[in-house]
Amino acid sequence: MSLEEPDPRSRDVGETPEGTVDYDALEALLGETALDREEHVNATAFVVRPDEVQEALNALRDEAGFDYLSNVTAQEYADRYESIYHLKKYDDPTQEVGVVVPTVTDAPVSQTAEPVYRTADWHEREAYDLVGIEYDGHPDMRRILLPETWQGHPLGSDYNPEKPQVVPFREHANPLQPDSRGEGAESDTMFLNIGPHHPATHGVLHVKTVLDGEQIADVEPDIGYLHRCEEQMCQQSTYRHQIMPYPDRWDYVSAGILNEWAYARAAEDLADIDVPEYAQVIRTMSAELCRICSHMLALGTFALDVFGDFTAVFQYAFRDREVVQNILEELTGQRLMFNYLRLGGVAWDIPEPREDFFEMVRDFLDGLPEKTTEYHNLITSNEIFQVRCVDTGELPPETAKQYGATGPVARGSGVDIDLRRDDPYGYYEELDWDVVTEDGCDNYSRVLVRMREVEESAKIIEQCVDLLAEWPEDEREIQSNVPRTLKPDADAEVYRGVEAAKGELGIYMRSDGTDTPARFKIRSPCFCNLHTLREMTEGEYVPDLIASLGSLDIVLGEVDR
Amino acid sequence: MSSESEKLHDTVSTQDARMGDGVDSRFNSKLREAFGSTPFILTKFDKFMNWVRGNSMFMLQFGIACCSIEMIHTYAIKHDLDRFGAGVPRASPRQADVIIVPGTIVSKFAPRMKRVYDQMPEPKFVVGMGSCTISGGPFQEGYNVIKGAEEVIPVDIHVPGCPPRPEALIYGIAKLQERIRNGETSPVTVKPYELEEFGDLERDELVRHLADRIDEDDLVMRYNWADSP
Ligand code: SF4
Repeated sequence: MSLEEPDPRSRDVGETPEGTVDYDALEALLGETALDREEHVNATAFVVRPDEVQEALNALRDEAGFDYLSNVTAQEYADRYESIYHLKKYDDPTQEVGVVVPTVTDAPVSQTAEPVYRTADWHEREAYDLVGIEYDGHPDMRRILLPETWQGHPLGSDYNPEKPQVVPFREHANPLQPDSRGEGAESDTMFLNIGPHHPATHGVLHVKTVLDGEQIADVEPDIGYLHRCEEQMCQQSTYRHQIMPYPDRWDYVSAGILNEWAYARAAEDLADIDVPEYAQVIRTMSAELCRICSHMLALGTFALDVFGDFTAVFQYAFRDREVVQNILEELTGQRLMFNYLRLGGVAWDIPEPREDFFEMVRDFLDGLPEKTTEYHNLITSNEIFQVRCVDTGELPPETAKQYGATGPVARGSGVDIDLRRDDPYGYYEELDWDVVTEDGCDNYSRVLVRMREVEESAKIIEQCVDLLAEWPEDEREIQSNVPRTLKPDADAEVYRGVEAAKGELGIYMRSDGTDTPARFKIRSPCFCNLHTLREMTEGEYVPDLIASLGSLDIVLGEVDR
Repeated sequence: MSSESEKLHDTVSTQDARMGDGVDSRFNSKLREAFGSTPFILTKFDKFMNWVRGNSMFMLQFGIACCSIEMIHTYAIKHDLDRFGAGVPRASPRQADVIIVPGTIVSKFAPRMKRVYDQMPEPKFVVGMGSCTISGGPFQEGYNVIKGAEEVIPVDIHVPGCPPRPEALIYGIAKLQERIRNGETSPVTVKPYELEEFGDLERDELVRHLADRIDEDDLVMRYNWADSP
């Protein structure tokens, strides 16, 4: 870990001995390519000409060690388009830098970053789809979220939402049809649609698969069947109250508070709001409860996928989810869409009588070890399960980094990144817990990481409950003083991520001085993780595709936003 | 226990068990009493079919968005929809009687949902779950969101909530069962969005513009956002 004792020999260009970024050194490294410097709330950004993107990114990746393209934000100003590449390091995600690429308004074209970071492929397609910037040299410049015949770019300024649209229904005309994508006329590959209505895709994902016998020759996830315009909704809502309900609906498998925290953290940094310590402890506790809930669902549905078992494991996982949901309902008033965090704190305190609430949480935690053993007996030590999961869906760590994978997917490939520890927020720094990694790089490791993370979360919750129970009564401040209408400074920009259930959930926001954001961009972990599917499954068997898809644990609400 | 049951088998013939006091109350139910000694009832065939239909519904396993999580909870342990004779999830629409639409429908998905609905055999019933299927819910103003399931398929029961609690969904389904048993059908609504062949669309500016990208006989759905509710 680079946070402890940075080794001077392996320090990157632009890294200070304290492990922070020396932006002057980076500017020197970029030399002529850096036209200008911009200060964002989270990091400094360099302005780069649209035809020198790859040069700048290559220098930053190879010389300065920024091996993680966390997000690409595209937006339209009155006089220009802009793509922002948010770079980080897997070793130390607090070291950040932005690369801003402005392009002209008529025919905005900018060089693609795909050869430098594979993950840019999908990010840039999304930018093209929603905002309308074209990326020169991109291998596959098509729409990604909206139907291919859509007219206009909805987040661009001249979009008219009243205009009619025609959406074709082609792919599904005949689900089993001969395919000519293989070489030669006598090729015997077959094209197979999996989804968008299919029990194993965990929602409305469509996977276009080309099979050679039972092996997968090509696979392409087709997403956008749940593109609910989340970014537009947030852009037309006010910071203070209206945005907060939406995060609950991104990753909706009870991971609500983790998502809310992503927005809360970004907005609090943008508007410079403090959060009382007591509220941070409550946030930490409730967020970890959500993580348990979410991992339980991942486990239950994964077992459903690989065993085809609608009974034992699935029902056990749901039994435990019910318990956690009851606790969360006690705390927040809702089972699924909590809307519990507020800017500057949480909505209300632990319900009275407090002892009963703590008792409820402790009961759950006490029973957990036994349940975990049960799960291990039923799942991980099950021979069928192992045959299906060990050494299938392999994702080597270097590939995972290229695709910007985070969360259990990255940690299952031995990439040691967890923002709770590496970029601390909330109360995590003060607590005693470990980051779980596994080096198997296969489906089995990813499932194991989730199961072990449940235990770590339980550790965190236990400590939080102890802290809260002891907290002196007159210091229980749940919200700091935040103005009723929040108007952050014009042109302030921020990108902040938190460790959600599936990985780094990041929010980019730009303020224009009003009480709604001028641009609100969601960096979804599932979106990037799903992008790795092709790497994991090409050449493998169809059943392994289903297992791999399950082990990625995607939520379509977050993939499509 | 086993010796006891053996004894029962030895001593009581099946006929006796049915006609006499019987071994357990199942054989002497209230219904049985009402029938007297004739195990026949007279009813209308339609009525009988409705009663059967309402008590054995196969649900389509169909998840869209957030509401589907609560829908899974409704099927799963604790809420256990199966108690009410309506909890066998079917993966194929061809085997299902009821489709619960649990979530936001967007432009890309609506044609698919329509197709899935069309694939279900008659008689079929639709339960719209959540605000999104009523009006688009929290995403009503979205550029890509269909303003309710009724724009695409007819809906028998609406369950409001965002998301509705499992209890609410169970109530909705119980109400649907009641309606089916009584032989009520839902009014047919005029659906603004239909699947049609591209060649049949009115040739306005948009259609002419897309003419070289969509074949004449491709099925399409045309959205008139301006007229949406
Ligand atoms: S009604 Fe609410 S919970 Fe249900 S799908 Fe819509 S947004 Fe999600």
